[in-house]
Amino acid sequence: MIEGVCKRFGSLQALDHVSLQVAQGEFFGLLGPNGAGKTTLISAMAGLSRPDAGTVRVMGHDTVADYRAARRNLGVVPQELVFDPFFTVRETLRIQAGYYGLRGNDDWIDEILARLDLTAKADSNMRALSGGMKRRVLVAQALVHRPPVIVLDEPTAGVDVELRQGLWAFVRDLNRQGHTIVLTTHYLEEAESLCGRIAMLKQGRVIALEPTADLLARRVQQTLRLRLGAGAALPAELRARARATPDGRIALTVDSADEVAACLARLHAEGVLFDDIELAKPALEDVFIAMMQEAS
Amino acid sequence: MSPALRTLLYKELLRFWKVGFQTVAAPVLTALLYLMVFSHVLDRTVEVYGGVSYTAFLVPGLVMMSLLQNAFANSSSSLIQSKVTGNIVFVLLPPISYREFFAAYVLAAVIRGLVVGAGVWAVTLFFVDLPYAHPGWILLFAVLGGALLASLGIIAGIWADKFDQLAAFQNFIVMPLTFLSGVFYSIHTLPDFWLAVSHLNPFFYMIDGFRYGFFGQSDVSPWVSALVAGGSFAVLAGITLNMLSRGYKLRS
Repeated sequence: MIEGVCKRFGSLQALDHVSLQVAQGEFFGLLGPNGAGKTTLISAMAGLSRPDAGTVRVMGHDTVADYRAARRNLGVVPQELVFDPFFTVRETLRIQAGYYGLRGNDDWIDEILARLDLTAKADSNMRALSGGMKRRVLVAQALVHRPPVIVLDEPTAGVDVELRQGLWAFVRDLNRQGHTIVLTTHYLEEAESLCGRIAMLKQGRVIALEPTADLLARRVQQTLRLRLGAGAALPAELRARARATPDGRIALTVDSADEVAACLARLHAEGVLFDDIELAKPALEDVFIAMMQEAS
Repeated sequence: MSPALRTLLYKELLRFWKVGFQTVAAPVLTALLYLMVFSHVLDRTVEVYGGVSYTAFLVPGLVMMSLLQNAFANSSSSLIQSKVTGNIVFVLLPPISYREFFAAYVLAAVIRGLVVGAGVWAVTLFFVDLPYAHPGWILLFAVLGGALLASLGIIAGIWADKFDQLAAFQNFIVMPLTFLSGVFYSIHTLPDFWLAVSHLNPFFYMIDGFRYGFFGQSDVSPWVSALVAGGSFAVLAGITLNMLSRGYKLRS
């Protein structure tokens, strides 16, 4: 739970009275443009940053007053691709587990390595791994103490599609097992498909905090895309509202199903032939852009 | 010892052990070169204490100098590397208290200092027979000196934002204090002004007290040296613990 958290760096108000609550077992998205305060908020949750005001609790434990319990309940995958060049993958994970008082948990370490496709690299030095593999080791380090709350700060940056899908399958499994997931990502389609609820941050303030479905429903406008037949042209009143798409189609913004029907009736009445038709629903990206513009 | 402290200590020991050529063998070789050059030039012309050859006088100084420099290097280089590469986050995220953090870095640095010091002592056995008048004082000053420099290393490692600043700390503070502490000479051979200045250098007391453990002779009483070294450690430990508790330059 985050309550009234403020954080200032010099003249920059990085967090401005941020309050939000993430329920146990939720898959929660934290979105915002660069510099919105997402990483600062995560740092406050992880104890890497001390808020100027407000409180952060993880599973009911205050991150300052009861920091040991709070940190034991939290696993964080940092945004930067950091690693300790002195150790192998297995040493890295054993050491990280030891910091949480865990010894002899090699079964769990082996399971994480297998799920993240790192088994073959267990005894390789961290320096010998590719960027994608290092990213997966960061995920493994965050999970090594089986935290009930897992924070993933841009976990798929620089990870190829196949590995990304494997990572999400693993994280979905963890969520199904009851782990709370907090995700920040710039891949909005990922947030749309994974997160049940989303908070949008801008300039340190929460500008939206809603279930993903509600956010998508906010944007009622849809896009009607047509590929016109050879020699066909739009009627003048539709042409004024239309824009050409890069793939050679015509896009029309419509506010309702009735308007779609009206457009099609008008085209039919004018004898305009089209080869292809598609009605595109709003994506989270559209909502994100619209909300960021509204908040400006 | 808590599991977190034990793990952080193990990590720090494994870190320097994995690069043992650089962290242990190289300083031992450097000390050996000092010994060969200085003892060749000065052994027949300089007698520092009555009945003690220059080479014998030099060895405890070289052992302690290597111990101190390597204790400092261990904690400071580990921290600056972790900060610059960003992997410091791995020890900031877990439930490790600032006292455990301090204890782990100091213990690891003391152990590295002792390993290097023992290495220097072992190779110099081929050149000189040393007396061991008071082994307890030898051990006390070795541990106290290592802990003092380990604390100073933590302060430098946390304060420095880049390797350049750490190098400045090492070359403009640690090296002069070490070299001007009586490693290579007895301060009683110095003019009065420099004799007085030497008494302000806490490194002098660590080396002088350490040397007393071997020869039973020293420039000042070992009790005074122990008091100065212990007091200096207490001050530096207090500063370090205060920095760590506030998260100075570690937690924003």
